[in-house]
Amino acid sequence: METTRITGERIKEYLEKGKRFDGRKPEEFREISVETGISKKAEGSARVKIGKTEVIVGVKLDVKEPYPDSPNKGNLMVTSELLPLSSGRFEPGPPRFPAIELGRLIDRAIRESKFIQLEKLCIKEGEKVWGVFIDIYSINDGGNLIDAAGLGAVIALKTARLPKYDEEKEKIIYGELTNKKVPVSEEIPVIVTTHKIGNGMIVDPTTEEEDVSEARITIGGSVEGSLFSIQKGNSKEITTEEMNKILDISEKTRKKVFSSIEKYLK
Amino acid sequence: MKKKKEFKRPDGRKPDELRPMQAKVGIVPNADGSAIFSFGDTIAIAAVYGPKKMHPQHQQDPEKGTLRCNYSMLSFSVDDRIRPGPNRRSREISKITEWALEPSLLIKRYPNMVIDVHINIIQANASTRCAGINAAAMALAQAGIPMKNIVSSVSIGKLDKNLVVDLNKDEEDWEEGEGSTDIPITMTPNGEITHIQLDGRITKEQLKEVIELAGKSAKKVYEVQKKALKESVKM
Repeated sequence: METTRITGERIKEYLEKGKRFDGRKPEEFREISVETGISKKAEGSARVKIGKTEVIVGVKLDVKEPYPDSPNKGNLMVTSELLPLSSGRFEPGPPRFPAIELGRLIDRAIRESKFIQLEKLCIKEGEKVWGVFIDIYSINDGGNLIDAAGLGAVIALKTARLPKYDEEKEKIIYGELTNKKVPVSEEIPVIVTTHKIGNGMIVDPTTEEEDVSEARITIGGSVEGSLFSIQKGNSKEITTEEMNKILDISEKTRKKVFSSIEKYLK
Repeated sequence: MKKKKEFKRPDGRKPDELRPMQAKVGIVPNADGSAIFSFGDTIAIAAVYGPKKMHPQHQQDPEKGTLRCNYSMLSFSVDDRIRPGPNRRSREISKITEWALEPSLLIKRYPNMVIDVHINIIQANASTRCAGINAAAMALAQAGIPMKNIVSSVSIGKLDKNLVVDLNKDEEDWEEGEGSTDIPITMTPNGEITHIQLDGRITKEQLKEVIELAGKSAKKVYEVQKKALKESVKM
C-alpha cells in the first residue's frame, strides 16, 4: 500500500523537530545484522538485515570469455531482483526500473572502487577469465534496500573463494572450493543513501519515508575518504549547500556503518 | 615561479572549455516540440509529444502530469553496433533524464496527462546523456510546457588530478595517473542541482570544486539553449 499523504505530512512535521516515527534521530541507522555463508552452492554469500529490511546476496563464479575491451580482466556482473515475496508492491515479470537501478548502483560502486582486482582473474588473456556474478535478492523490503544490498555485496565477495578448475577438461568442479579467495582490495566501498524530505535530511529510510522522499543521493565511498559513485534520484532539485550537507552526513554515516560491519570484512 | 603547468587535453582544449555546441529548435515538424543539441561529435535529438491523455488509464496520476522520457542510442552511433531496443543502461538514463527535467516543469497543471520525451543519440562521443537532457529541455520549452526555468547539463571529468569540462571519449577512457572520473551534472540557471552522477574516484573537497565548475559551465550551455530558442521564434 502506498503511503498516504497525511502520513507524509506527518513525517515532515516530525522531521522539523528532528524526530522520526520509529524514534530514531535523522542521521541514525537501524541495527545492522550480518550472516555469511548462507548458501552452500554459492562461492560466497551473505544475508544483511537493516531493521526489518533483509537482502541476500550470492556470488557465483564461472569461466568465461573476456569482454573484447578488457581481454586480460575478469568479468563482473551485478543483477538484482526485487522478489514478489519481499513486498506486496513487487510483481513477477521482467525487471522494472527499481530493480535495474539497484543492480547498477551496486555494480558501479564495486567496479569504480576497483574493489575486485579483476586483472588477477585472468586465466588466459583474450580467451578465458573468471566471471564474477553478484546476484542480489530482496527478502523483505522495509526501506533502504540500496544500502543493504551494497553491504551484502561486499561481504559476500569478501567471503568468496574460487572453485576448482580442471584446465584440461576446461571444466569447473563446483562444490570443491580452493583456498584461493576472490582477490579484493583493502579499500572497501560502502554505499550510503541520504534522503531529503521537506527541510530534513535522513539516512536509512523506512518504506514510508522512502515514499515521501523528495531527493535521494546515493554515494559509494570508502572510510579512507574516496568517493567512487554518486547518483541522485527522485525529482526535486537540491541546492549546492544542501549537497555539501549531504556529503558531510554521508561521510559520517559511512564511518559508522563501516565500523558496525568491519568484523565481517576480515 | 609558476609551478603548475596547465594540463594538456588530448584534443587541445582548455580545462574549462566545452566542445563547440550547436543547438537548434524545431527539427521534427510532427512533434509538439523538438530540438537538436551537440557537444562536438556527440549529437542528440529530442522530440516532445503532449501533454496528452495518459493511456492506459490506470497509469494516470490525478495529482500531477507524468513526464515520460525515453533515451535511446541509435545502433550505429558508436563503433561497436548496439543492439537496438532498450537495455539496462538506457532504461536508467531515461529515468535519470526524467528526474533531471521534472523539477523545472510545472507539471502539476496536467493531471491525468502524460508528456512524452523521446531522445535519440545519433552520434556518440561521450557525454550523451548531457546532450540528451539539453535537447530535451529545449524541446519541452518549444512545446510550450510551462516551466520555471530551463535546465542545462554538462559533464565534468577528473583526468588524473585535473578537472576538465565536457568529456569526450578519449578522456572518458583516460588511464594515466588516477584515471578518469566522470561526473555528469544538470543544473538550473540558479545553480540548483537536478541531477548528479559520478563514476570513478574523488575526494569530498574535489567534488565541491567540481560542482562549482559545473555551475559555471552549465551557464555556458544555458546561453546556447536560450539563443536557439529565441531564434526559433524570430519571424
